[in-house]
Amino acid sequence: MMTTETGLESEVKKEPEQAEEQPAAPELQTQAQDEPATQQQVHPKQEHTEAEKPEELTDNKETLQSTTGEQPSGEEHTDTPTSPKPASPSAQTSPGLGKKEKEEASGKGISRFLPPWLKKQKSQSQVESKESLGIGDPVKEEGDVQEKKSEKEEKREQGGEDGIDKPPEVQRSLPQDSKADEKEEKHSISSAETQPAKETRKDSLEKDVDLKEEKNGAGEEIQKKIKEEENVQKPELKAEKPPGKPSKKMKTVVCKVMMLEGMEFPCEVEKRAKGQVLFNKVCENINLLEKDYFGLTYRSNSDQKNWLDPAKEIKRQIRSSPWQFAFSVKFYPPDPSQLTEDITRYYLCLQLRQDIASGRLPCSFVTHALLGSYCLQAELGDYDPEEHRVGYISDFQFAPTQTKELEEKVVELHKTHRGLTPAQADAQFLENAKKLSMYGVDLHHAKDLERVDIMLGVCANGLLIYKDRLRINRFAWPKILKISYKRSNFYIKIRPGETEQFESTIGFKLLNHRAAKRLWKVCVEHHTFFRLVSPEQPPKAKFLTLGSKFRYSGRTQSQTRQASTLIDRPAPYFERTSSKRVSGSLDGAPVVRVTDHNLVDSSAAEINGKGDTAAKDNGKEPGTPSRTQLELSQESKVVEQQSDGTTAAATGAETSEMEREEEDSQLQKDLDKTQEGVLKHQASISELKRSFMESSPEPRPNQWEKRLTTTLPLLTQGSLEEEITTILLSKESFSNCLTGTFTTTAKRAAEGAGAKAPAESLSPFPSTRPSETLDEKQKSEMGEEAEVEIEETVIEEIRRTSKVKNSPDTTESPAAAIMSGEGEKEPEEEASKASTSSESHSESEDEAEYHPQVAVDQIREETEENDEELGKECQVPAEQQLEEIVLPPPPEVQGIADEEKQECKHLGEDEARSSPAERKTEQEAEKAEEPKVNGEVSHSVPEVIPQVICCSEPPVVKTEMMTISDTSAAQKTEISTKEVPIVHTETKTITYEAAQLDGSGDGEPGILMSAQTITSESLCTTTTTHITKSVKGGLSETRIEKRIIITGDADIDHDQALAQAIKEAKEQHPDMSVTRVVVHKETELAEDGED
Amino acid sequence: MAGTSGYGKFTHAVVRGIPDSFGKSKATGSDGEEVDLAKAQRQYGVYTGILRQKLGLQLIEIPADSTLPESWRVEDTAIIQGDTALITQPWDKDRRRETEAVRKVLEELKLRVVDGADDESATLDGSDVLFTGREFFVGLSSWTNHKGAELVADTFRDFAVSTVPVSGAAHLKSFCSMGGPDTIVTGSSEGAKQALKAMEQLTDHHYEILTVPDDAAANCIYIRVGSNNNYLLHGSTEEYPESAAAFQKLTDYTLLPTSCSETSKLGGTLSSCSLLINRRLDL
Repeated sequence: MMTTETGLESEVKKEPEQAEEQPAAPELQTQAQDEPATQQQVHPKQEHTEAEKPEELTDNKETLQSTTGEQPSGEEHTDTPTSPKPASPSAQTSPGLGKKEKEEASGKGISRFLPPWLKKQKSQSQVESKESLGIGDPVKEEGDVQEKKSEKEEKREQGGEDGIDKPPEVQRSLPQDSKADEKEEKHSISSAETQPAKETRKDSLEKDVDLKEEKNGAGEEIQKKIKEEENVQKPELKAEKPPGKPSKKMKTVVCKVMMLEGMEFPCEVEKRAKGQVLFNKVCENINLLEKDYFGLTYRSNSDQKNWLDPAKEIKRQIRSSPWQFAFSVKFYPPDPSQLTEDITRYYLCLQLRQDIASGRLPCSFVTHALLGSYCLQAELGDYDPEEHRVGYISDFQFAPTQTKELEEKVVELHKTHRGLTPAQADAQFLENAKKLSMYGVDLHHAKDLERVDIMLGVCANGLLIYKDRLRINRFAWPKILKISYKRSNFYIKIRPGETEQFESTIGFKLLNHRAAKRLWKVCVEHHTFFRLVSPEQPPKAKFLTLGSKFRYSGRTQSQTRQASTLIDRPAPYFERTSSKRVSGSLDGAPVVRVTDHNLVDSSAAEINGKGDTAAKDNGKEPGTPSRTQLELSQESKVVEQQSDGTTAAATGAETSEMEREEEDSQLQKDLDKTQEGVLKHQASISELKRSFMESSPEPRPNQWEKRLTTTLPLLTQGSLEEEITTILLSKESFSNCLTGTFTTTAKRAAEGAGAKAPAESLSPFPSTRPSETLDEKQKSEMGEEAEVEIEETVIEEIRRTSKVKNSPDTTESPAAAIMSGEGEKEPEEEASKASTSSESHSESEDEAEYHPQVAVDQIREETEENDEELGKECQVPAEQQLEEIVLPPPPEVQGIADEEKQECKHLGEDEARSSPAERKTEQEAEKAEEPKVNGEVSHSVPEVIPQVICCSEPPVVKTEMMTISDTSAAQKTEISTKEVPIVHTETKTITYEAAQLDGSGDGEPGILMSAQTITSESLCTTTTTHITKSVKGGLSETRIEKRIIITGDADIDHDQALAQAIKEAKEQHPDMSVTRVVVHKETELAEDGED
Repeated sequence: MAGTSGYGKFTHAVVRGIPDSFGKSKATGSDGEEVDLAKAQRQYGVYTGILRQKLGLQLIEIPADSTLPESWRVEDTAIIQGDTALITQPWDKDRRRETEAVRKVLEELKLRVVDGADDESATLDGSDVLFTGREFFVGLSSWTNHKGAELVADTFRDFAVSTVPVSGAAHLKSFCSMGGPDTIVTGSSEGAKQALKAMEQLTDHHYEILTVPDDAAANCIYIRVGSNNNYLLHGSTEEYPESAAAFQKLTDYTLLPTSCSETSKLGGTLSSCSLLINRRLDL
């Protein structure tokens, strides 16, 4: 793959110039909007109108379904119905057209993007809207739903199988609000947006109210939602059923999924469908509810087994590989007896039989015999001497090498199991299998730094190191501070022991960077699933760092366990397929049935009685929504994340995290680790502090350690540790700060809102405004913003939140949102354009970091310390910080990261872009959207415009955070100081103030203005814009650094790309000068397989 | 079936008499210390008596062989878990012949006997292997190497087999042993601490730790009789007064102070003098 990295640095004295820049951008945006609108509504305005509608719909749904759970699990639905033209609109907001949009529409996506507080607000706002609209009345809701149905049908007809559940009518009815909310959210997220004060005001005001309301009435709301959901679902179900299969318009692909029974399940999905869609269909097919333990794998070109990320488009993951997948267990439950349903255990058994027969799960002879005998009992029942004659078991495979002796032993043991039912036999099988030392251990080949071959085993408890089947070391999750990979190296940072002073980093060499990434992902997922109460948000995307933002977005074990308790269906009947013959045992015909066999899960869980109808509905919209309802709102959120999958990984993560934190509070009790986590957390802090203070922390291994490390040499951590340290600190501090800050910001926001009011008036209806109007509006807004400066910034943030929460004024808000978003985004768009022109497709994910414990600790602490709501809000900032911090490492161009791909998806790579203008529009749209959606990975971040920066600067917030830091404030502060300046891009906030406060803040705090990835068939271009603004005396100096990474399999015209980039940079910032251009070109042997 | 929650259940014990050549091996670690053959044989008698009478084990006594001065250390010759026995490959080539008689006995007991000695470079002493009921720890000592440990891993595939560095002139079980189903008794020396730390790092399970002042006293034999009668053979009070006192902490235990002062002069321990087997006759 060829990679070209172009870095443009231009330093200019900036002052309020931002306003100027922005104006230009709007035009571009408008253009883009228009084009997309025609087809996909990619553009902001159109999007608002259309997209927002869907979103609104989703919102409504959410509200209806579950207040807390805001987001229905609609992801699936959205996913399934591929957006008409996937393309570009990647724009998060793009309505139902884009898959992404759909997802968003489902509400999950949106919520994800929204910062936690926004979500809450949303929910509140939604609720409010409901109330205002009479939502409170079931009748009304139902009516809406029906309308939705009709609309849906229409959509289906139009867009094919979007499968968007969101009823158009609802959207329309609530469109303004929802739109506004969405937009607001996005904008707010985007940071640089200049939205009208109107929204802000309302929002800000409402926010406070909302929060209170939420707290008090959460339960009621949930109930209402549930009722509403039921109503909605029923109608939806009906509507959906008819269009069972994807619309003709949508391109569909038949996936072949190898089931654990050994048969192939053909499944038709939209070509742009996300992994979750396929996975849900598969689970529906086998009637599996407890599906969080399972996953789909595919073989990359290099024949490596990869897990299909449910949050990403299938196509982008498998690339050129055939659409063949295997359904398998991803997380082996340490105690299968805790699974709720026998059917789940059955599939676990099937997986284990495979594992054993293939030798993946080593067993002794005796164990082979015993497990084999349980298999026989489960499949054949009691031993019958007449029926079971010699050789009756020769068709079964119990071991990699099956001897006569073994078979005799199996038969001998089979005789002793008389009376065991199949379910009991399975249970016994699992009780014995779970004790195997390699049960649930995912092995990866690696070498230690001395080039000695070892195996890394990832399991529920941590990471195991093997050498020739001997365990030579073990790192429990609590001991691991950070997991990262760089190129083909995989690193874990170990918490120092009691007697040790420094943490150590241990490195392993994997076969290649894909293997390293694969291992890293597995670690991240296992850690999250088994150790965390709720998933961790993905790092905010779009930064300087191109590292993978991958995070596990599904439910954690504790969450899935809790969800399982809600399963209330009669034990589903399932036929046990004889392992010796391959036949379609399951009722489900191999045929693709989109709607027919829906997940019983959601329906069953949620509504016991709904039965088939519900199931059908689920088909379109994966049961998630229903589940959500049943479950607590928190869980629902989680579900949503999973289902949303599309953007989920990157984008959604943030929001999800936010929500998750709330969940955590509830769940925390259940987890035994809580205290542990806290302690560890503290420990880690002190450790960090230590390491931080010590310039060169070098671990001094004792003999034992030496031995261990000999194989795994300790790396001096230098920079890495520092990074980590900072991150940790910031996180800790953030929660506190957030709470404290939040109130203040809100107040300010409210104040600021008043000032901006005029802007609001400008933006009436977003739907069909000509681009010109938009521009004007934008300009007007821009001007205002420029004047306001610092305070504005604060206000803007507030706005975002408020917007989300208060959507009543939807009409106005959407427009405003658009306005602001466009104006700010334009610059970014330009940048992106440049990249677009190159049409490259890049995902540089050679590097990625993951701080396991931190997350856990933080979450817990936060929950404990802060109110749920506060925690949510707080989380956002924290995330931002984290991301930024992480970014530091120079981006590596090589890898094509999936995550980036996701981003690309938004852009709509798939479809050919006829004209540059379109591309631009798309990009713009994305950009515009991005701001709204905090979490979305793909979107480029806030633009470089100086204004934006000013606005976005949440210095206040950060500052507060600093101050707030509780306990180990001193320590935290010290460390955090440096890092604090880095605010999350999404937030758009860069705090100089914070740095100042600390006084120690060294580097200039930079703001990631944008990071976009544009993907075409063969190329991917990632543009990262980083703005650093420093105020010296009365002058402000702004430095903009753009990093453009072009990755692709095809040859790239680097010169052209560079020229284009420079040209665009100049155009974007006429008043700035290009001071440095760095071109880094990297060619790497192509490796297939994203992961 | 991997886990054995019922660790400590034994039905048979294989022992081997003290030969006349006792103490005349070049390889023993005794520092010219005089050993009393008669006393050693008396202690051996007491030892086997406890196993047979107090613990109700079926004793299988292999006749002493004067050509094998260390053959009384039967623990080194085989590793037995469940119905599987791994014949070891002692580091001392002079001792490898000791396994022959042991193998015969084990085969007679219808154990699945696995011969790990197909690789000359692998060395494995049974007293470097600690089976906790849940997993194996193999001490990498002067007598046992990595390949030897692999033999254990290859044989007992159900279990995690972790390697533990052992420093000095000691076997792993020279300073630790199982004091109960989930209890590890360990000595207080630096080497013992290091090894314990390693084990704690490597294990997925949680073990109670009973630390005794004397390393040698940390080698004891835990046997459970019946449903819940815990017996512990440990060093006598005369030899290890402080350590013997430490065992008083174990409640609900029947403590059986047993002296092995003579064999310990040659590096022997309580556990090294027997192979414990849990063999149900029905299978």
